[in-house]
Amino acid sequence: MPYDSAEGPCPQDGGGTASGAPRRITMGRTGPILMEGPVEVETEDGTVVSSDRFRVALCTCRRSRRFPWCDTSHRRRARTPE
Amino acid sequence: MSNRPRTSRTVQEGPTLPAPRGPLSTAVLHRLRHPGVPHPAPDTATADPYGEDLQLALYTCYELHYRGFEGVDADLEWDPALLGLRAALEERFLTALRADTPAHKTLSDALEDLLVEPVDTPGAPTATGVSHFLRDEGAPEHLREYAAHRSLYHLKEADPHAWVLPRLWGRAKAAMAAVEFDEYGGGRPERVHARLFAGLMTDLDLDTGYGHYLDATCAEMLANVNLMSLFGLHRSLRGALVGHFATVEITSSPGSRRLAEAMRRAGAGPAARFFYDEHVEADAVHEQIVRRDVIGGLLEQEPELEEDVTFGIDATEYLEGRFGERLLAAWRAGRSSLRTPLPPAPEALVGASRTGQDI
Repeated sequence: MPYDSAEGPCPQDGGGTASGAPRRITMGRTGPILMEGPVEVETEDGTVVSSDRFRVALCTCRRSRRFPWCDTSHRRRARTPE
Repeated sequence: MSNRPRTSRTVQEGPTLPAPRGPLSTAVLHRLRHPGVPHPAPDTATADPYGEDLQLALYTCYELHYRGFEGVDADLEWDPALLGLRAALEERFLTALRADTPAHKTLSDALEDLLVEPVDTPGAPTATGVSHFLRDEGAPEHLREYAAHRSLYHLKEADPHAWVLPRLWGRAKAAMAAVEFDEYGGGRPERVHARLFAGLMTDLDLDTGYGHYLDATCAEMLANVNLMSLFGLHRSLRGALVGHFATVEITSSPGSRRLAEAMRRAGAGPAARFFYDEHVEADAVHEQIVRRDVIGGLLEQEPELEEDVTFGIDATEYLEGRFGERLLAAWRAGRSSLRTPLPPAPEALVGASRTGQDI
């Protein structure tokens, strides 16, 4: 069942839904989506995974080995200068 | 000293005093053991700023602000003679760091370099860090040595950074406190990162006693911890502390993934694997918050600290680089990287590694 923010657990700080204020999500050009935890994520095959961190980083590059959580795999790779 | 029982102490107790490594550490230890007995002032001006003696002397002075040492009067934390000597040691260390650290021109250059990962095909010639070595060719004894060194920090993980909280305000303070809260287990004692690390040490058959490996570790590791204490205890270095913290958080996630793989490959137990797995995920979040809100918030309020933040990043990278070189040089030569080698690895660890068993 998709996560319904209005019925979900209350985030502990600003941007939460308890006060009726919209939940703020932070997106950069690259890198993960940041949102306040706890969150549940339903993935493509219907599996629901949850994270109770105060802030959660959701993978957007799809390279994470811990998908849907960010594991910094989006980072640029280069030959080391040394 | 080397005949101490393997799990003699709990994580909560202060460690025993270390053995001296030269005139500076001898002077500090003398003051702690015999506060009333005068001792000639050592010459700090000519000491090697990165050497065993100075780094141990400084570490011992700083430890009085954490948990102190068994049998040492807690009030010596504020002993004017020790604080005077500590200031001279700090001056020598900091002056050397400012001179020797390869400096980035701007903060964004420094951050940009941290955010680029080396090409990471296992065994690739460009991937030369300690975590790469441990993942690709680390034997159980290498992992155990690595954890023994790192225990000097990880058993007080996040403590040096807590000192910066009163020196921040607004967005930077709120974000820093949130990350620290996560480091301290989010209110759950069993999730405190220092405790998770103790679990890792148990899995590797190491002594989890706080400070147990102080005599065994080297100047390069002590310098890493001293840098945090130096930046944490001086309000004037709050920008550098924030830069240091950002470096730790940004580099931790990919490094932890390699170390988790190393632990799996060596057949280490679940707590050892969990410690690094947890850091992959937690620090992917922390680095975002530290960059956006801690650094961003601090520089919004005090833009003149940008150079200090950059220095904190560069100094951390410089000292971590020295530590890595020391470890790899020892291991490639088939030697222990510790001053006193560990007792042999237990059969279980060695056996799992030999068969390449994946758990």
